[in-house]
Amino acid sequence: MSTTTKPVNQKAWWLILPVFLCVAFSAILPLMTVVNYSVQDIISPDRRVFVGTEWFAAVMRDQDLHEALWRQMVFSCSVLAVEIPLGVMLALSMPAQGWKASVVLVIVALSLLIPWNVVGTIWQIFGRADIGLMGSTLLKLGFDYSYTGNALHAWLTVLLMDVWHWTPLVALLGYAGLRSIPDAYYQAARIDGASKFAVFRYIQLPKMRGVLMIAVLLRFMDSFMIYTEPFVLTGGGPGNATTFLSQYLTQKAVGQFDLGPAAAFSLIYFLIILLLCFMLYNWMQAVGTADKTEASHG
Amino acid sequence: MANKQPFQKRTIFLFCYIVFALLPIYWMVNMSFKTNAEILSSFSFFPQHFTWENYKTIFTDASWYSGYLNSLTYVAINCVISITVALPAAYAFSRYSFLGDKHVFFWLLTNRMTPPAVFLLPFFQLYSTLGLMDTHIAVALAHLLFNVPLAVWILEGFMSGIPREIDETAYIDGYSFPRFFLTIFLPLIKAGVGVAVFFCFMFSWVELLLARTLTSVNAKPIVATMTRTVSASGMDWATLAAAGVLTIVPGAIVIWFVRHYIAKGFAMGRV
Repeated sequence: MSTTTKPVNQKAWWLILPVFLCVAFSAILPLMTVVNYSVQDIISPDRRVFVGTEWFAAVMRDQDLHEALWRQMVFSCSVLAVEIPLGVMLALSMPAQGWKASVVLVIVALSLLIPWNVVGTIWQIFGRADIGLMGSTLLKLGFDYSYTGNALHAWLTVLLMDVWHWTPLVALLGYAGLRSIPDAYYQAARIDGASKFAVFRYIQLPKMRGVLMIAVLLRFMDSFMIYTEPFVLTGGGPGNATTFLSQYLTQKAVGQFDLGPAAAFSLIYFLIILLLCFMLYNWMQAVGTADKTEASHG
Repeated sequence: MANKQPFQKRTIFLFCYIVFALLPIYWMVNMSFKTNAEILSSFSFFPQHFTWENYKTIFTDASWYSGYLNSLTYVAINCVISITVALPAAYAFSRYSFLGDKHVFFWLLTNRMTPPAVFLLPFFQLYSTLGLMDTHIAVALAHLLFNVPLAVWILEGFMSGIPREIDETAYIDGYSFPRFFLTIFLPLIKAGVGVAVFFCFMFSWVELLLARTLTSVNAKPIVATMTRTVSASGMDWATLAAAGVLTIVPGAIVIWFVRHYIAKGFAMGRV
């Protein structure tokens, strides 16, 4: 939200109400159930024992969880480091109008609309050394590539799959932001003799700020919840190399059917994401405000 | 010459990216025209024994094609509800400050951040209690969890880019709020609405976990139908590839419609 002063109007709540009801129905009720599970030991549907914070303590001491969390952090940071610059570059190099623009848009957006399990399958096929294009090509080039056997290869393949899958999101948002810049800005920059970098830094980047903030947050949150694609591609292996948080949670909830610990873990998981996003959100707001004051003074 | 250089670089970069984006998809398309025996026995860029069999299987088998219809139904319901409730809310967030506005906005975002795995079991119990299991509306409602916040967020971003003077001028000219909103404001944020619809469609279309859990037969989505081939004895790569190709088609059509809104941007005809 912009930081400029807006008129105070409490009646605006009426405009929020439908959204509030919709999301409350699908979020607050289920969340309460999870909270309920997290403090009970459910032995059978009619036999439940209140255990307080026992599950939370157990989950916090869980060594596997710490490792999964660490892997998750490294993965999410790598995703942002690759996808945001690549997406911005892509947005800048996409043609602005004409049939070329339409075709490029459709091609770029294509990977976003493939169901996630199919994305996993595509890369599974693509990376296999016997029937896959990438796998067999790498093998012919002399790399001993195997995403099922080598932990580093598996990790890199999951990262490459995520870059392939999600960079278009960043690119499309950036592109929409770029198209909102009136031609007059560019003309003014040309009259001032601004360099290409200056145009990017002082016109394009500030105009893309809002959409880029969405892109960074979305990519961060979604990479933090990644489940289906690595599940299909590597199943979390080899070893635990690609077992991220959601994977670990599902193993606990479905594999071992420990509802109590799984619910406690869910809540901790949720709080971690919440905290990280809150920090990221405030940080980006601060950067944006600094940009604005700088622009108005300069 | 110096002017032409960066343009060239950009084109080359774009070309490389497009190749990178299309190769895995091409490989799937390639596979969908092969037989299973050919996929596993030989390696080729083009199908040696070109066959439509895989597509025929999908279009003649009701358990396959009804999956597409089910998915499209709940995605459409979800998009309509999401955008309808998100529009006024986004306007309120972008134009007014009110008690707890920042908190509600952030609370909405937190729902977008919740891993669906967390809500799996509660959703199952909630919809069973309400008797909504295995209906399109159940999946559509469940997907509101992440699509409404997203729509509000995207629309708010676009609306904040419209100067507030436009609203004030319209009110001075005697426009009522609904009339202003529908006839002046909405056309201005067409690009935003397009992008929001696109993302709602996208996230609802590709979601697997909730859609699979809340349905069994009548509303079973295509993504759940596809997991069937994974569990079958030996992978049915060819049919899976064909089904995968077909899941891209509705998406491609939606982008084609939305591209104008994105491309036109909000160059903003003045009021």
